Formats: sequence, C-alpha cells, structure tokens
Amino acid sequence: MNDIRNTSVAPERTGSTNTIVHASARPSLEVPVLDCDSVSIFYDDFRAVHDVNFACLRNEITALIGPSGCGKSTVLRSFNRMNDLIEGARVEGAITYRGEDIYGPEVDAIEVRRRIGMVFQKPNPFPKSIYDNIAYGPRVNGMKVDSMDDLVEEALTRAALWDEVKDKLKQSALGLSGGQQQRLCIARTIAVQPEVILMDEPCSALDPIATLRIEDLMQELRNDYTIVIVTHNMQQAARVADKTAFFTAEANDTTGDRTGVLVEFGDTATIFESPHDKRTEDYISGRFG
Amino acid sequence: MTSVTARTTPPTPDLRRRPRPGDIAARMGFRFAAGLTIAITLGILIALIVPSVEFFSEVPVNEFLFGTRWAPRFADASFGVVPLITATAWTTAIALFFAIPLGLGAAIFMSEFAHQRTRRILKPVLEVLAGIPTVVYGYFAVQFIQAVVFRDWLKLETGSFSVLSAGFVMGIMIIPTIASISEDAMSAVPNSLRQGSAALGATRRQTALKVVFPAALSGIIAAIVLGVSRAVGETMIVALAAGQQARIVGGPLEAGQTMTGFIANAALGDSRVGSLEYNTLFAVGLLLFVITLLINLVSIWIVRRFREAY
Ligand SMILES: Nc1ncnc2c1ncn2[C@@H]1O[C@H](COP(=O)(O)OP(=O)(O)OP(=O)(O)O)[C@@H](O)[C@H]1O
Ligand SMILES: [Mg+2]
Repeated sequence: MNDIRNTSVAPERTGSTNTIVHASARPSLEVPVLDCDSVSIFYDDFRAVHDVNFACLRNEITALIGPSGCGKSTVLRSFNRMNDLIEGARVEGAITYRGEDIYGPEVDAIEVRRRIGMVFQKPNPFPKSIYDNIAYGPRVNGMKVDSMDDLVEEALTRAALWDEVKDKLKQSALGLSGGQQQRLCIARTIAVQPEVILMDEPCSALDPIATLRIEDLMQELRNDYTIVIVTHNMQQAARVADKTAFFTAEANDTTGDRTGVLVEFGDTATIFESPHDKRTEDYISGRFG
Repeated sequence: MTSVTARTTPPTPDLRRRPRPGDIAARMGFRFAAGLTIAITLGILIALIVPSVEFFSEVPVNEFLFGTRWAPRFADASFGVVPLITATAWTTAIALFFAIPLGLGAAIFMSEFAHQRTRRILKPVLEVLAGIPTVVYGYFAVQFIQAVVFRDWLKLETGSFSVLSAGFVMGIMIIPTIASISEDAMSAVPNSLRQGSAALGATRRQTALKVVFPAALSGIIAAIVLGVSRAVGETMIVALAAGQQARIVGGPLEAGQTMTGFIANAALGDSRVGSLEYNTLFAVGLLLFVITLLINLVSIWIVRRFREAY
C-alpha cells in the first residue's frame, strides 16, 4: 500500500533510522507521515528555502505561515514532487513519506502524488462536467471501483458539495461559484483516496462563509487524512491547525537573495500564545513589515 | 497658502467633448481597411458567380455535379465534375492521413513533452518548413517520391503520376501548419490545469491527452480545418504530381486531375473570355469555394459540440 517505488517489493520500514523526532514536536513513537530533514530547495542557482526541518504527524493539520515570498508554496510543492514540473527546481536534503525518501532514485513521482494530493490556491477544475472532474483521478489511476457513481457521490458528499450539485452532475464545472469550485477540487482530491492532502491557500479566493465551510471540512477530513495547509490568514491557522510552522525570508548579505528559513515549529497554541522567537512574535502580533 | 484657493468654490469642471483628430483618423483608417477587405472578398465572389451563372445556363447543374465524364475541350464536350472531385478527395484524404497524426503528434510533443530549449528550436524550424514554395514540393513529389521511391525502390505498379505521391507530399507540406497552430492552442491551456491533473497522479501522457488536448480542441480543429482547406485548394503539387488526365480515381496509385489541377491547366490555355470553356474555370472555382465553406461550417459545428472551454 505504501510502496511508492516502481518495484513491487517493499523493504521493512519499521524502526527506520532516518526518522527524526524533532524537539519541538510532541515526542511520538509513530513514524511521521511527512518529515523534512535539512531540506533546501533551489530554482536553478537561487536558493529559495534553506535548511528546513519539521515533521507532520498522522491525522494532524499542519499550517505553514509566514510573509509572502518566504517559500511556503515551494516547501509545500516539494512534498508531492510538484516541483518536478518546474524546470530548474531542485531539492536537497531528505523528505520522507512514512519513512520512505520521496526523492529516492527508484521513486516514481506519479505514485507519490497519488498518495499525497494537492489543492491549489486558485480553484482549477478541469473544463469538464462536475462528474468527470471527480471521476478523472480514479480513471487515470486505474482504480478498481465497483460503481463510479457511488464514488463520485461519496467524494462530493465528503466535500460538502453533493446537495448543491447532485442535480447537475453533467454540467460544466466552470459554471460553479468559486467556493463550489474549490470544494469540487477538494472532492476531486479525495476521490483518489490519498493519505495526505496539501492545500496552498485554499481559501484565499473565497468569501468568509465559504472559507468557514472549507475549514469545517478540513476538521472533518482530519479524521482520515493528514493535512498540510499554507495560509496567510492567522485566525485560520489558529482555528484549524494542530501544528504551525512559521517561515520568514532572510536576505543574504553578499548576494541580496532572499532565502526562506523555518523560524519556529510547534503546537499551534505555543506558536500563537508564547512563541520562543522574537520574529514569530512580531509576525503573529502584526508588527512585521 | 492654499487655504485661499481652497475656500473659493472650485470652477465648474469642463466635461465638454473635445475634438480628438487622432482618434477620428484612426477609426476611419480601420473602418476603411475592414470595408476594403469585405469589398475585395465580395468582388471575388461576384467575379466567380457571374461566369458560373453563364456556365450553368448552358450546362445543367445536375449534369455538372453528378456527371462522370469530364471532357470540356473535346468536340463532344462533357462537363461531369465527379472525376475531378474524386482526385481532389483522394489527394486531400491522403494528405490528411499523414498530416493529422504527425502534425498533432509534433504539437503534443512540443507543447507537453519537449524542454523549453527544444521547443524554441523546433517551432521556428517548423515555421520555415511551412514557407517552402509549393513548386519545390511538387517537383520533389514527381521526381523523387513517385519516380525514385515508389517506382525504383518500392517497385509499385504506378505510372509517372499518382494521387499518392501528390497527397503524401502535400501532407508533408501541411504538417507544419497543423503542428504550429495546434501547438499554440495547447500552449495556451493554463498551466493550473496541468498541475491539477499531475496532483491527482496522472502521467504526462494522460494529462496531455485527457486534459490539455480536449481543452485545446477548438484551436486544434481550427488547425485541421486550415490544413484541409490548404489541401483542397493546393494547386502546384497536384498539378505537377497527380496527373493531368481527368478520370475517376479508384485507388491511390492511379493518376488523376484535381479541381485545382484542372483550373491551373486550363488557365494556361488560350480559352476565349466568355466562351463556355472559359466559364468552366469559374464553375469549378465556385465549387471549390462552396466545398471549403462547407468544411468551415462543419468545423464550427464540431467545435460547438465537443469543446471544453477553459
Ligand atoms: N517557479 C519558480 N521559479 C523561480 N523562482 C520561484 C518559482 N516559484 C517561486 N520562486 C521563488 O521562490 C521564493 C519563494 O516563493 P514561494 O512561492 O514559495 O513563496 P510563498 O511563501 O508561497 O509566497 P506567497 O505567500 O506570496 O505565496 C520566491 O523568492 C519566489 O520568487
Ligand atoms: Mg504561495
């Protein structure tokens, strides 16, 4: 099930040595679902983020916050190898998914993305019918499903969209409102039954009501999935996240390049109420920039 | 300092219309250009229709459209256009048979698989290919494809001309048109759709064929229609390589005269203005025009029916 390599035999991974339990994270015997170890990410020669270390645990919501340009999206994209689509993007260090290095030489990015889904900042439904938007993922993955209709219904129900669209499944998804489109994208992601869902500012194009619906949805989904969310909305992070990672960008003295660094990572309550780092405190209290 | 002026009421704003000579001149210029284009098109159409009407006053439309013997210059002249249509249909179909898969394949490769550097080299090369004069293609078809490849190398049972060599070379000629325009259409599909597809675990091939291709369909159909129109209307290659004998073409290795081939041939002759032979040219020209128009209408219907607009 967790075999993300091309070959079919998975080695025993229990008690893997390359798992690091960070001091800031609650000590846990469980292997983290996602774990970055000294991760630096480059676009050609430009170092976008430097030396990031943190881990996301099962059934938790981890929020990535920080000022614009500090590399949140870059880090998020590296979790399911979406950076592969950008020419010149390169990852150093190790990112492991349940103990398995997703940038390992034998790993197939397609298999990674199948298990680690992504919802984007701007809703991007396919110009197909609502039904086909949901059915697309299971179809391309060759998933064996008894009834596609049931699967579509289930995914839409879980994304709290079914009642609104059940009578117009054959209509174009582009006829939906922005908030509905975003929930459709979430439903589409759920339909391939991933283990992790990455969300890059999923609510930034939505009104407060649609935002709350998506937040409720995330709380609901957390029971079955591990979620990593990038957000600019502090209240949102405080409301939904179990853990929060605060990033900032630091200018290099010689080149002037701004490189993102992870300032602080920990329980959301700690980050928001008693941050250890001055920069976190300034940012949270709105004194930043 | 400013307080003095601030207290007095500001003057009423002057919102009157101002003369803008530049705008007026530009608008007139554009209107003139648009009008001239329409006028020229109408003029050509009228120039086609007037002699055709004369033609059809002597030859019944039925006989023209469904007659199977084309011999306008013989003593017992006969004006059945079917032989010309079969030759045009063969050359066009053969051209598209090669050009559509290769052109679309090249477009998908350039847009979805090639590195940026490869694309930056390939695209201009293709566009240069599209600029080779068709006479060159025509000679290539007769002298090399037909004479050397088909007859000497492949030992095919064929004469000096065939609709296969003409159609094949015409296909090569059309590939850049189809490839370039469909590549534009596919490149215009937003990247967010490719990312959405990839994030669901789709391979590049699946994304290209199931998301990008349908989203770009209207542009791709436009490319194919342009290719069809060029094939139907292409003259030099078929005049040189398909043959000059008007007869019903039953297979790809046979020779035959296409509609355009007939026009090119007959126009070189010394038919008197106003004679039946002269009017024949325009009747065939009008038929070509109608066929192209029909193809365009069908394509508009296809696009409306199948498009996935983004
Ligand atoms: N495709 C790319 N090619 C080159 N550089 C990039 C690319 N994407 C991002 N960058 C650079 O990497 C750095 C981090 O960008 P990123 O988009 O990850 O920031 P972010 O934290 O998500 O910002 P925002 O909050 O505005 O979305 C920026 O300096 C940006 O210019
Ligand atoms: Mg971002």
